[in-house]
Amino acid sequence: MYRERKWKFKITPFRLLLFAFVAIAAAASIYRFVYGLGSVTNLNDDWPWGLWIGFDLLCGIALAGGGFSTALIVHVLHKDKYLPIARAALLTSLIGYIIAMVSLFLDIGRWFNFWRPFFYWGYHSVLFEVFWCISLYTTVQVLEFGEIFFEKVHCPPLKKILHATMPFWLIIGIVLPTLHQSSLGSLFIVAVDRLNPLWWSMLIPFFFVWSAFFLGPAMVTIEGTLAARAYGRSPELPVFESLTKVTLWMMIIYFIVKVGDLAYRGVLSMAFNGSFESNMFLIEMIVFVLLPIIMYAVPSIRTKLWGVVTASVLVVAGVIFNRMNVVFTGYANSVSSSYFPSIWEWLITIGMWSALVLIYCFVVENFPILPKEEHAHGAGASYGSGFHA
Amino acid sequence: MSKGVLVDIPRCIGCRSCVVSCKTWNDLPSQPSTFSNNWDSPGRTNADTWTAVTYHIVEQGDQIKWRFVKRQCMHCNEPACESACFTHSFVKTKEGAVIYKPTEVKQDYCVGCRYCMIACPFGVPSFQWDKAFPFVQKCRFCYDRMKDDLEPACVTSCPTGALKFGDKQELLAEAWSRINKNPGYVKQVYGEKEYGGTSWMYISDVPFNLLGFRTEAFGKPVSQKSIPSYTWDVLKWTPYIFFGWGAILTAMRLYTKRRAEVHDEAEMYAPVEE
Ligand code: SF4
Ligand code: SF4
Ligand code: SF4
Repeated sequence: MYRERKWKFKITPFRLLLFAFVAIAAAASIYRFVYGLGSVTNLNDDWPWGLWIGFDLLCGIALAGGGFSTALIVHVLHKDKYLPIARAALLTSLIGYIIAMVSLFLDIGRWFNFWRPFFYWGYHSVLFEVFWCISLYTTVQVLEFGEIFFEKVHCPPLKKILHATMPFWLIIGIVLPTLHQSSLGSLFIVAVDRLNPLWWSMLIPFFFVWSAFFLGPAMVTIEGTLAARAYGRSPELPVFESLTKVTLWMMIIYFIVKVGDLAYRGVLSMAFNGSFESNMFLIEMIVFVLLPIIMYAVPSIRTKLWGVVTASVLVVAGVIFNRMNVVFTGYANSVSSSYFPSIWEWLITIGMWSALVLIYCFVVENFPILPKEEHAHGAGASYGSGFHA
Repeated sequence: MSKGVLVDIPRCIGCRSCVVSCKTWNDLPSQPSTFSNNWDSPGRTNADTWTAVTYHIVEQGDQIKWRFVKRQCMHCNEPACESACFTHSFVKTKEGAVIYKPTEVKQDYCVGCRYCMIACPFGVPSFQWDKAFPFVQKCRFCYDRMKDDLEPACVTSCPTGALKFGDKQELLAEAWSRINKNPGYVKQVYGEKEYGGTSWMYISDVPFNLLGFRTEAFGKPVSQKSIPSYTWDVLKWTPYIFFGWGAILTAMRLYTKRRAEVHDEAEMYAPVEE
């Protein structure tokens, strides 16, 4: 019985390396707090938002989309065959949000005021919605996780209350991310005439929430495969395979709406004018949307582990690519100077994502997150050799 | 009631008196000048320089014109910075000035998120990148002077009358009468319609796009709707989505629950074995 076991965390050379990254990032962050943002970042008045907002926040939150899409599929639609991945998805989502909040905290200049928006209601700001939803949703995820926590740490009355109120948290835990995934997109509506029309659209909230949703299954596939390899288990291939149906149809709709929107606004031709922006846009649409659609549609590809995993990697990379295009590519033309993250910005980002991996490992090794294996080590043998996270 | 400034570009001689008096009145630190190919120094506003003059050589037929443009916050009628800020740190006053409350009225709520900088269509707000506790900085329309019925410092020091301070509506009428009296002027008041209109307005004898004004973006004329009106079009749906989507989800959950099998989740999962 796992309940009797103590906390454990095995130290491997790989994990030591991750710890080193975290330490460097922590040191750089302290420096940043003492000497200001200009001392560690390459941000300037033309580029007020850089790597931390563009990557850690926008991508981090999008990648955490696995949490709400699986919650919807498992707990609202009750598609029970996906239960094996539900807890892992919730966990990565929770850690993703914590990372996003930490990076936000690093990025805001007057961080000691971070709690102010709770009391001074700038409700006409999209950021207000993002702020409230992200903080509330992180809280909700902690509560959802609480149920798992109390399976290991005994406290019956608390567990009972949590269990009884869980349906409410589950619903709120889908509504909130729907709202703020879309409002992360709405953030860029203010950039009228500044963000390239290939990305600026009144529909950008839809594109953001929709892509965060279809990214979920892909993310679950990748996480599941990585976890399986690291822990010598067998990947949940049938689950991954049937999840592709969700992604496939959502991506087809995404593509149609995207093209339709460009045509409606009369800017479709901008995608083919040979500029840097148009090329980036074409790469985004062809390599990261059309290609995975084809891969998911062909049975002989999607039923193979390499097939689903490759297509899923493309989907995830595509959403990252899209967010980067919105924050960087689409803006480049409207400002006079250029921006490339400094070494410190990179190191802090790397440190935060290393922390994510470490926390994930610690939690799955101590809490019931991954499904019990019937024939534990045998099945995973073909994937499980060598690499240990 | 609402005040404005009319900038008559051909009257400006590029002396930068306005830059100096702005720095003096507002106690802004000086910065070493650098030489550049186009005489701009500094080329744009920043946290320590709330107004800057840019220099442009424009060829029109066989004429070569040298024109200077004073730049600062435009004090929009419906400011993007105000609508973007989630701590309400910017406010459009009834006098017409758009002020930043943390430094102007000591209401220090700003978290330094810099969303205002993303939002401003004119790229105006600047950030104190080198400070541990930075503020956002920009022209404040000399709000302190305005409340005492004084002109802004920069207007006072302009030796040629290129800047005129007054009631916004009267200035707009005057702008059009100057344009109509002089055939050399471009038939446009920059700031009358752009992004819903601004309190600072410009008239010129050289097309505005040649002087670095944004007249078009990505091949289309710049918006005449204010930026807050765009965001509001999206934000107003929030409560409906919240309750509507929540209701749909609850209904779906109840409907599918009846058919679902019962699982003992505690028995399904376990910590992984190393
Ligand atoms: S010009 Fe920019 S900073 Fe000035 S009021 Fe308008 S939106 Fe705000
Ligand atoms: S940086 Fe300050 S003033 Fe600008 S939007 Fe954020 S909180 Fe508001
Ligand atoms: S109005 Fe005042 S703050 Fe603004 S540019 Fe003129 S002197 Fe500077």
